[in-house]
Amino acid sequence: MSKKLIEFINVSFRYSEDSPWVLRNVSFDIYEDEWVAIIGHNGSGKSTIAKLVNGLLFPGEGKILIDGREVNEDSIWEIRKKVGMVFQNPDNQFVGATVQDDVAFGMENRGVPRSEMIERIKSTLNAVGMQDYRLTEPHRLSGGQKQRVAIAGVLAISPRVLLLDEATAMLDPKGRKEIMQTVSNLLGKKGLSLITITHDLEEVVQADRVIVMNNGEVWDVSKPRDIFLKKDALRKIGLDIPFVAILADELRESGLSISREPLNHEELLEDLWTLYSKM
Amino acid sequence: MNSLIIGQYVPGDSYVHRLDPRTKITIIFFFIFVVFFANNVPSYSVLVIFALASVMLSRVPLRFIIKGLTPIWFLVIFTFILHLFVTKEGEVFFDFWHFEFYTGGVVQGVAISIRFFLLILVTSLLTLTTTPIEITDAIEDMLRPLNKVKFPVHELALMMSISLRFIPTLMQETEKISKAQASRGVDFKTGPVKDRIKAVVPLLVPLFVSAFKRAEELAMAMEARGYQGGEGRSKLRELKIGKLDMIIYIIFLSVIAVLFYTRTYA
Amino acid sequence: MDIIFENVTYIYQPNSPFQHIALQDVTFQIKSGSYVAIVGHTGSGKSTLISHLNGLTIPTEGTVSIGDYSLSKEQKPNDMKGLRSRVGVVFQYPEHQLFEETVEKDIAFGPDNFGIPKEEIKRRMEEIVPAVGLPTDVLQRSPFDLSGGQMRRVAIAGVLAVKPEVLVLDEPTAGLDPRGQREIMDMFYQLHKEQSLTTVLVTHSMEDALKYADHVIILNNGKKYMEGKPEEVFTQKDALHKVQLDVPEIVQFLMKFNHKFSTSLPFKKQTIKELAETIQHVVRGAESS
Repeated sequence: MSKKLIEFINVSFRYSEDSPWVLRNVSFDIYEDEWVAIIGHNGSGKSTIAKLVNGLLFPGEGKILIDGREVNEDSIWEIRKKVGMVFQNPDNQFVGATVQDDVAFGMENRGVPRSEMIERIKSTLNAVGMQDYRLTEPHRLSGGQKQRVAIAGVLAISPRVLLLDEATAMLDPKGRKEIMQTVSNLLGKKGLSLITITHDLEEVVQADRVIVMNNGEVWDVSKPRDIFLKKDALRKIGLDIPFVAILADELRESGLSISREPLNHEELLEDLWTLYSKM
Repeated sequence: MNSLIIGQYVPGDSYVHRLDPRTKITIIFFFIFVVFFANNVPSYSVLVIFALASVMLSRVPLRFIIKGLTPIWFLVIFTFILHLFVTKEGEVFFDFWHFEFYTGGVVQGVAISIRFFLLILVTSLLTLTTTPIEITDAIEDMLRPLNKVKFPVHELALMMSISLRFIPTLMQETEKISKAQASRGVDFKTGPVKDRIKAVVPLLVPLFVSAFKRAEELAMAMEARGYQGGEGRSKLRELKIGKLDMIIYIIFLSVIAVLFYTRTYA
Repeated sequence: MDIIFENVTYIYQPNSPFQHIALQDVTFQIKSGSYVAIVGHTGSGKSTLISHLNGLTIPTEGTVSIGDYSLSKEQKPNDMKGLRSRVGVVFQYPEHQLFEETVEKDIAFGPDNFGIPKEEIKRRMEEIVPAVGLPTDVLQRSPFDLSGGQMRRVAIAGVLAVKPEVLVLDEPTAGLDPRGQREIMDMFYQLHKEQSLTTVLVTHSMEDALKYADHVIILNNGKKYMEGKPEEVFTQKDALHKVQLDVPEIVQFLMKFNHKFSTSLPFKKQTIKELAETIQHVVRGAESS
């Protein structure tokens, strides 16, 4: 088993004494080099988790360890170096006047020397495929491009965890594809864990593990394949089921014995072909 | 639409574009100062030649320059006429009805108009060839001494650059909201003034709400990216006085020398 | 109301360095009572197109007719308010238009502007508030205290309270969670049927276009790229891929299945259940042969 990077230990959170708990007794671990998707209906506490990981909020009860260190007032700057976040609205996180200024922002905050900044701007913009837009102003970029710049800005500080908090929710399908492409290119890199908070099923099925949130509690943590076995229960808590999973169910209903839970078209077709050949 | 909002910056790579913004601001400052010392044909000529040469070097299309000057034509003509009427020096140039026009008035009028023209020309050349963010950088750098008296120079510059960055975003937002409210029957364009003022409320409230939300999210994003104020920060943007700047300074100093040499000392 | 676009071209800031052709020679017809989906990428001209539907923009060339209203460079309707009361538009993120102190006032804002009597507005409110899935006790609350999803519903109620004959929906579910999306889309579909509205849906979702629309128009770079019944348009995979659009997932799967099993099962808007039934036959087919 690889190393634990993030530990949530019985974490509860509420905004003030007299408001209801947003998170209740949440515990989970995230390991090195892992891709974890967090899903749940709006208001289920997903985004609160993101803010807690980054020390933008602190737990009311329980504790959070990042790379072994507890998140608190003293450790937040250390922790924000380890956890990079990309938020939902592409416009409201773009600080710089141009693409390169924005990528530089996080490094400037940490006093990275200028010569090194230039190097890292180049390499991170390459990594997200935005090298041709170094001097472009934000209002000339599409939403997907802005989010790629935001990812580059996070990568430039070489974090251990890249956390995408509904980073594709406001994008069109083209923008989503761009981001997913970017992310899967990054996954080859060693030592980077990925957390995606999302409604997008495509992001969910590609993840190593899924944390399902419901009304501020952890509803389930397991592999995507196992999660989608619980179709009816998932629907009940307001979540979507991938097309192939629904089709597989209908096929079972009609008498075909599809044993494994397919995650994509190819898997289902393969199983159908096996059945076909056997008959 | 966006290109119009971001000031009248005309992208380019001319000598004027490549100058350090601090050089441009310094020269313009002193230019404005010395314009008031010109008092005869040769001294004015020196300044006009310097200004026009800069315009030509900037390779900014003439129509942009002229567009930048339109608001002041009225002012120039007005002061010209004013001088024509009130200055009673020199000989009577001609008289018309019972007004007498003096040559001194004409000369004064022309001189003042040229001054106006020069001032506007060089300052608009600054905004035409310098991005707002470069101007911000220059101001931050030039105000740096004020840090000693605890003046928040870095914060001011950051505020300026973020405002500039969000102007196009908020303009788009304004357009969207006004479209939405027009679809709900708000009439922004016709009707009595009172109604039209009232029509601004459904536009302003949502705009403020959204601006606050943006500010809040932006602040959070900045914090998440490690922003803790100006201390200990490094900078990507770097201002550098180069050979080109030195050349311009020398040329400008020569212009001043010639100006003071040729002007009349009464 | 029938909607007719005849050779419509729209140019932003014509004859300036920033000139931009947003729509170019677009012609189509939307029959009264139909549900039309307009699909295309960001920047394909969708937003410009729909702002013609209630006279927010007037074509640079060509004519737009909405029922008896006609919009062209030469001819603008005198009664713009009349047109806007008959064509309701739910913009993207419509909650951004809320501004009143209470939900009730905000819903009444549109109908009030269009001169609908107070009594009537009150009566409509009783009907519309539950229809959009809001509890009636929100009426006296500030819209800014509500959740994002509820704010969206308030904004939608404000448009519906005018009782438009044409309903224009510009990605009405963007940013909602899957349950919220489904609820809102189903609600619009029900309204469409019950009140025989003419509905124009602008969407990125091929799935929604397939599920609800009876006619699809694909826009690309300001031009009409394709048009037809969903089952006709959405089976032209190559043509759609050319403009970087995907076919709906069910069509994708069917095509892959046909390829793998060398069958040629047609797509005729079948449900997943029906598809499973057909597939099951093919897979078992080997048994009998």
